[in-house]
Amino acid sequence: MQDEPTPTELIKAVAEFLRNDIAPMIEGHNVFKLRVGINALDLVTRQLALEPDGNAAETARLSKLLGVQGSLGELNRVLADRIAKGEIGLETPALADHLWQTTMDKLAVDQPNYASYKREVESKGG
Amino acid sequence: MEEELGRCVASWCFGATGVVGAAKLSGGASQDTWTFDIVHPDGNIGAILRRAPPGYGASPARAAGLDAEATLMQLAHDAGLPSPRVMHVLQPRDELGAGFIMQRIEGETIARKILRDAQFAKARPMLARQLGKVVAGIHALPASQLPELRQMTSTKEIADLEREYRSFDWPRPVFELALRWLRDHDPGPPQEVTLVHGDFRHGNLIIGPDGVRAVLDWELAHTGDPMEDLGWICVNSWRFGEIDKPVGGFGSREELFAGYAQAGRRADPDRVMFWEVMGTLRWGVMCCGMMQRFRIGPDHSMERAMIGRRSSETEIDLLRLLASRER
Repeated sequence: MQDEPTPTELIKAVAEFLRNDIAPMIEGHNVFKLRVGINALDLVTRQLALEPDGNAAETARLSKLLGVQGSLGELNRVLADRIAKGEIGLETPALADHLWQTTMDKLAVDQPNYASYKREVESKGG
Repeated sequence: MEEELGRCVASWCFGATGVVGAAKLSGGASQDTWTFDIVHPDGNIGAILRRAPPGYGASPARAAGLDAEATLMQLAHDAGLPSPRVMHVLQPRDELGAGFIMQRIEGETIARKILRDAQFAKARPMLARQLGKVVAGIHALPASQLPELRQMTSTKEIADLEREYRSFDWPRPVFELALRWLRDHDPGPPQEVTLVHGDFRHGNLIIGPDGVRAVLDWELAHTGDPMEDLGWICVNSWRFGEIDKPVGGFGSREELFAGYAQAGRRADPDRVMFWEVMGTLRWGVMCCGMMQRFRIGPDHSMERAMIGRRSSETEIDLLRLLASRER
């Protein structure tokens, strides 16, 4: 068992330092680069918080949808393959539900400010 | 650089006495763009150099090539379309590599500024219609005058995208669904094959307070289905948050089509929709490609890495297009 602070706490502390103390000091193209860097740290924090539950739920949905067991990577490969072969498509309502849930979980980590995501969150109440 | 440019400019610009203010605007390993002023007794002339530096001759497989770009830009200019005048095509004796020098047109290319700044407030409502007219003019450029370009079809484009996606060996069910949809809805050859700009969107359009001033970057020009250009400019990734205005975040499809019709051409909304799906998937695959280049290529930059995390944006947009949850 590793000691504290947790990875999330460490990354947040670094991001805060960059945002509050470094950002006001720099200019030019580095302003943009620093913003991208802080965004990356924020993304990692979100992933650390959301990924375990998201992956578990995705694995469970996939197993049920496909009727097979396996790792998340293996199951996604099976699903991709079946869609490509036309064995499963949008006429299966559970597929659309699964893809929507999975994609919403990805956006919550990758780009929670993306307008399409915000619109879907609003219209579905979360 | 100013010395080399000065020598080059003196050979074709009568009265020019030199070059000042040369600055690199953008540049990768194989191509760069410079801005500079030609010093002239009648007043300085703003100019842009677009070139592959000496030693970088070959262009990527999809690229039209710098000579073709120059020809197309000049053709567009001569046809009265908003396009810079090509002042000089580089010769070996210029020792500047391959490429061309064009007139510099003032204005804005950054989408967020075009969509938010007050100085463009009057331009925004007319842009979609204007761009419809402009792209119709591009599609009307006579085939007999075009340089040699790759010919694309929807079927070939689907196959290219699929090959690229499969090369990443990373399963993406939403991309599979989109590929499946594209194969099932492939509209086949268009009634008329025309010149296609290939990258008609924010970043390649110079906008002023008065509207569109120039179309740039013919790197991806080819011949094919003209509706491809109309679909590409509607891709959500170029709306920069203004998702209810499909054309670049500033206008409606109807306005774009009306401008297109005003110039005597008819848009086919179903084909445009097909190309919008294709374009959304294409941008998603390009984001994945950035991730690959970050991991294995020479450009190990944070920005490139983070673009890899934008492919999920195209997944939600593809679901909104193909599996909408709205009732």
